[in-house]
Amino acid sequence: MSGPTSTTAASSVPRARPAAPGLLGDLRQVRASVLILFVLLAFNALFTPHFLTLQALNVNLTQVATIIIVAMGMTLVIATGGVDLSVGSLMAISGVLAPLIFLSGAFVQAPTLGLILSFLVPVIVTLGFGVLNGLFVTRLRLQPIVATLVLYIAGRGIAQVITNGQLQSFSNPGFSYLGLGRPLGVPFQVYVMLVVVALTYWVVKRTVFGRNVLATGGNAAAARLSGVPVGRVTVQVYAISGLLAGIAGLIVVAINRSSDANQVGQGMELDAIAAVAVGGTLLSGGRAQVLGTFLGALIIQLIRFTLLTRGVPDAGAMVVKAAVIVAAVALQQRRRRE
Amino acid sequence: MTAPPTPPLLDMQDIRKAFSGVTALAGAALTVGSGEVHALIGQNGAGKSTLIKVLTGAYRRDAGTIRFAEQEVDFASPLAAQRGGIATIYQEVNLIPLRSVAENVFLGREPLRFGIVQWGQMNREATRLLQELGLTLDVTRPLGAFSTAVQQMVALARAVSISARLVIMDEPTSSLNEREVETLFGVIRTLKSRGVSVIFVSHRLDELYRVCDRITVMRDGATVYTGEMSGITRLELVEQMLGRTVKSEGAQTGFVRSGEGGAPLLSARDVTGGRLRGASVDVRAGELVGLGGLLGSGRSELARVIFGADHAQGGEVHLQGQERPPRSPADAIRAGVGFCSEDRKGEGIIPDLSVRENLTLALLPQLARAGVVDTARQAQIVDDFIDRLGIKTSDPEHPIRELSGGNQQKVMLARWLATQPRLLILDEPTRGIDVGAKAEIQRMIGELAQGGLGVLMISSEIEELLEGCHAVTVLLDGQSVARLEGADLNEGALLHAMAQGGASPEAERA
Amino acid sequence: MVSHDRSRSARLVSALSQSGVLIALIALLVFGGVRYASLNFLGAYNVVSVLQGTAPYALTALGMCFVIITGGIDLSVGSVVGLSGVVAALLSPYGPGVALLGAVGAGLVVGLVNGLIITRLNIQPFITTLATLLGAHGAALLLSHNAGVTVAPAVVDLGQIKWLSIGIMLGAYVIGAVTLRWARFGRNALAVGGGADASRLMGLNVPRVLMGVYLLSGALAGLAGLLISAQSGAGQPNEGGGWELSAIAAVVVGGTLLTGGVGSVWATLTGSLLLGVILNMLNFENGLGVVSLSPYWQSVIRGGFLLVVVVLQSRAAQGRDP
Repeated sequence: MSGPTSTTAASSVPRARPAAPGLLGDLRQVRASVLILFVLLAFNALFTPHFLTLQALNVNLTQVATIIIVAMGMTLVIATGGVDLSVGSLMAISGVLAPLIFLSGAFVQAPTLGLILSFLVPVIVTLGFGVLNGLFVTRLRLQPIVATLVLYIAGRGIAQVITNGQLQSFSNPGFSYLGLGRPLGVPFQVYVMLVVVALTYWVVKRTVFGRNVLATGGNAAAARLSGVPVGRVTVQVYAISGLLAGIAGLIVVAINRSSDANQVGQGMELDAIAAVAVGGTLLSGGRAQVLGTFLGALIIQLIRFTLLTRGVPDAGAMVVKAAVIVAAVALQQRRRRE
Repeated sequence: MTAPPTPPLLDMQDIRKAFSGVTALAGAALTVGSGEVHALIGQNGAGKSTLIKVLTGAYRRDAGTIRFAEQEVDFASPLAAQRGGIATIYQEVNLIPLRSVAENVFLGREPLRFGIVQWGQMNREATRLLQELGLTLDVTRPLGAFSTAVQQMVALARAVSISARLVIMDEPTSSLNEREVETLFGVIRTLKSRGVSVIFVSHRLDELYRVCDRITVMRDGATVYTGEMSGITRLELVEQMLGRTVKSEGAQTGFVRSGEGGAPLLSARDVTGGRLRGASVDVRAGELVGLGGLLGSGRSELARVIFGADHAQGGEVHLQGQERPPRSPADAIRAGVGFCSEDRKGEGIIPDLSVRENLTLALLPQLARAGVVDTARQAQIVDDFIDRLGIKTSDPEHPIRELSGGNQQKVMLARWLATQPRLLILDEPTRGIDVGAKAEIQRMIGELAQGGLGVLMISSEIEELLEGCHAVTVLLDGQSVARLEGADLNEGALLHAMAQGGASPEAERA
Repeated sequence: MVSHDRSRSARLVSALSQSGVLIALIALLVFGGVRYASLNFLGAYNVVSVLQGTAPYALTALGMCFVIITGGIDLSVGSVVGLSGVVAALLSPYGPGVALLGAVGAGLVVGLVNGLIITRLNIQPFITTLATLLGAHGAALLLSHNAGVTVAPAVVDLGQIKWLSIGIMLGAYVIGAVTLRWARFGRNALAVGGGADASRLMGLNVPRVLMGVYLLSGALAGLAGLLISAQSGAGQPNEGGGWELSAIAAVVVGGTLLTGGVGSVWATLTGSLLLGVILNMLNFENGLGVVSLSPYWQSVIRGGFLLVVVVLQSRAAQGRDP
């Protein structure tokens, strides 16, 4: 530093840090969600028979894993002030591509290569579609809703055209491990989910890209004046969202041991956005509560599970879910205004 | 001070207003007669817009009386003020560009028959209203298709048709060209002849003389001058506005002027585009160059072009060691330039991000290894700057929006200092900041220049320019009209250049 | 005025972007008329079928058009179609009138909830209607016990009268067009979408206008639910899934910007018809027997159309204010 002012003071006086920037500090920010989650867990532990079993845990985690994976990408997109409606359709594309690859005749001699490609190619394809979404937003200056609506409509069509709308059933233990494998008794996809959550959390907390995402959504004009490549960051978040949707699509197909272009990822965009909204990330951008989204998805799932075990039909759980979304967002807005 | 000829239409006395302890208005007064065009001027932060907002009910006053049309009034909202006969026409026209001219005039009170909008009648009425103001245009076209001047006149027509008795125009001419200004003035004279009063806020002095009858000058939240427009010269006006009637003795700012400058860092030549009509400025290493001029003279525009945020139509910008002018802010930052915008809220802070993140935003590319932020170094730099600049924050992890304006500004300054720039552009670095923080920031800027940094500082405060700068380039209507240095850099020359252009007869064009 | 030339070309561009969808529709019809002449593509039977099939979609798109004009969005319409279809089926034994009241009433209730949450709690329309999408779907499943509800014969008979569906659709559009152009409600909706703050300053009751458009959208989706269950003979709780996004697509293809403030009822109808004709043409193409295209191409083509049209529009909009 060329300035003549004293710089010695800094090193000699350690600064007090009341709120550590670590995991604890972030958990404190979403303490309401943590609390609600604990109440739900405690309630079920007390009143739901067999709740504290690996099986019950696995049921819940299996159902929520893909939502959380997709919601991580959605959190980043929404943090830049956008939204990605195409995730469900992209899941369908990746879901139908994978069996096509490992079932194709080309890999009869080299099943391992086929298996590897069936993991890689679909995800790369959906990543590419994500880039396309990003370019629609940045280059063509379409509003995110409209830009991603294009692939919401066309994407599922592409998946259906690829398979001609037919269900593809398969038996491929190697591929199905993604959905049905249980290392240490826990579904493999749960590990994938945890890795994705941890990575996203780390990216937001520690990387330049994470800061750029928040700066872009928080104040694009100021971000640009501070040298943030706003356009590139925008394309990148949609690409990540596409990538994660691709992974989620593979998992769904692996669980079902079949791919159905009409069903894979149906309604996923709404589940993911709901998790993000309940998690405390504003739709207007500038914030990314990764842990909040994670907890939000878990809360929605657990409420549904709790109601189902109480004999409330799935339909009733949906109505409750609607109320939870509105209440959560209304509360956050009130707290923010204060 | 002279009294208006007839009983005044508007009489505001001893208006006081404070925002969370900071005084914005300290006994301001404004008196406007019927059919009078009244100029209201003052620097940024003098309290003009607060006074207007108090009048129109956007803010509630802490104390004082407002009499309008011989009745005590206290409007609850701009809408209530409008219904009471006071219309405000903002710089950013508050109409709906996508709707037709006629609709904008009649929105909310369209002529109806059996619930059906009578388009023919509405269009005829709108055409007639505009014609009365001397304007002939196709009222069925969307308002947004017309120039800002026409939009403002449509806003005027709406005001007149809801029988406004007082129209407030906030910098109506700032984006108009010569001919449009002429048309607007024609309309204002028409209004005047009908007995409508106008409060005219502008910083183009020649315009005030052309259209206004009387003038009120504000400074530091108080009214410092009221009188006939013809009773005050341009120079006196600028003196009143800046509060420099007599040559003051002694330092009023925290600046310490350093030695002479070194190698040339920046040379901008005849930059044109937007408001700029041939602006030039030079900065050398270790030099603090002021960019003076009245509001709207193109100072910020020039700064943005130098920083690559906007692109010039003509002229050249040369940064030392660079082949080409910066094409984007990121480009400029890499070339060692920093730019602190005057609009701290809109273009400076990222409100939800922490002080730490805000401070290191421009530095991030250098703070990272393989895209991962080196948080230890980040924390060290942040702590360092918090100490060096005396930033008062309970916790650097708190969102920056919780900081006071002065501390936010220090963070912005730190954001750029952290990048170790060679040239720092500061746009009104001390605006809206309390006195203590202001002196501190001024001292810091001076020290930075001493340390070899080239600084280009835009300021509306005459003291800052006189006491802090080695040289001051003055802009007038988008043109650089003088570069004052050494003995030429004195109050008289500066005021003269800002008001009329040309510091003294022998002053060279920079 | 200086801006004369610019605004004239802007007008031309905006007129083109508005009628672009009409030109596209006519081009498709001419193409189909020639190519599928042997299959009687433009014959009365096919034209009426397409119109009847489009009617429910077009009704939801009309409500969506008003919502989008105010700068909002209504994701709940798809679920409302399912809900009101179930309600209509449940009430159909009491006669067509009761079924109609029930279906529209169900839509109005959802619209009321949307409007209240948006104007009172100030929650973004996107989130609000996302929640009510779930809520209304849940209600439909609850009322129907998760199964299709048979519609009483009297109502089914009415549903088979092709001209009735078409008449309701055209009637709604005529009223919609008149409302948007000549009623204060329509003008206010346009004003609010063009600038909510400016509208407030000019004395408009913005919350009331917003309330109105969400009620309208709910009611029209309710009507669509009645039509679809009367046409199909059963109220399916899962009917309408994804309709919200098709409706948005129809509105956007019709040239209405999602930013609000502009919008055309007739272009929305044209947009709905365009999306309907694409499917119809695919069937005819396969009927020719030259190539065999899966009906799933319709989504791809629809998505492509959406992209092309919105890109042209955004170009036009950028040309409008340089």
